[in-house]
Amino acid sequence: MSATWLAVLGAGVGCYLLKLAGLSVPERVLERPVVRRVADLLPVALLAALVAVQVLAGDRRLEVDARLAGLGAAVLLLLARAPFLVVVVGAAATAALLRLAV
Amino acid sequence: MTTPPGDGAQRPAAQEPTGEPGGGPGRERVQRRAIVRDGLGIGLATGAYGLSFGAVSVSSGLDVAQTCVLSLLMFTGASQFALVGVLAVGGSPASGAVTALLLGTRNTLYGLRLAPLLAWRGRRRALAAHLLIDESTAMAVARPTTALARLGFLSTGLAVFALWNLATLLGALAGGSLGDPRALGLDAAVGAAFLALLWPRLRDLPTRLVALAAAGVALGAVPLTAAGVPVLVAGGVALLVGVLRRDRPDPGGPVA
Repeated sequence: MSATWLAVLGAGVGCYLLKLAGLSVPERVLERPVVRRVADLLPVALLAALVAVQVLAGDRRLEVDARLAGLGAAVLLLLARAPFLVVVVGAAATAALLRLAV
Repeated sequence: MTTPPGDGAQRPAAQEPTGEPGGGPGRERVQRRAIVRDGLGIGLATGAYGLSFGAVSVSSGLDVAQTCVLSLLMFTGASQFALVGVLAVGGSPASGAVTALLLGTRNTLYGLRLAPLLAWRGRRRALAAHLLIDESTAMAVARPTTALARLGFLSTGLAVFALWNLATLLGALAGGSLGDPRALGLDAAVGAAFLALLWPRLRDLPTRLVALAAAGVALGAVPLTAAGVPVLVAGGVALLVGVLRRDRPDPGGPVA
């Protein structure tokens, strides 16, 4: 089995178990304030890092290219309260058009 | 929409309303219909974004089968985008999997909040757990009774599951036949997808600062570590801030 399949199946089962744990574990176990704070902030930190890496990372270095223009378009669309699909397609179209033009 | 396997007898529809104040049977029915309609609407909206997941996943190097198994088995959008996003920038499958799992921990918190309200046990709880996502939590958490909470949870969860998986398949098939992903800007689409997932969470200044710090740490780590690792390092920012900040009275805002 390829490493990609292992990651897909392993993380898939793991994510299910995380859901089941929430419905099964007595609430007080994870109700400690420190755990709550970390758990609330973790998605924020990970998503922000994913945005940054996705848009600016090249092969072991930072690269500014059409992806950044796409992200700029996404910010504008989010400020305009556009729905998810419009944001994603708008960013892709911006980057694609820029590459076509340059 | 179908009844979940093994759940027929316990549908909220089969139960007595648990003491809804001032609600006759007619009002109850109107309320239930509105909840189901909202669930279907959310399913449709989320399905649309399954299209982009399918296309992005295939352009990140996963095949159609792997893409569909992710949606069927993992079934939590941010984690799925994270796994394929890490692979897209050349990260190892292992770091992609760990990132997906870390993002999946928020579903554990949702479960903690919903468990007393949904009050399912045994096999039903094990089946319901699969549908525990942002959307189903949001549609269940504010309901006054267990019956209505279950209805909101199931109608939203099942609608999203059906349409998310259908859309993933369509997006994966379309994405594979579209040609060079860079020429289509699909690499920029992934960053935009993450930003759109992050956006509603940036409610207050401390949260925004955490996001900025995490992005900075991740970028700083790019030249130093293998692809995929910078995101995990940035997760340390959440750990650090969460442990050090003791003075915030109530960090837990509304879910989803």
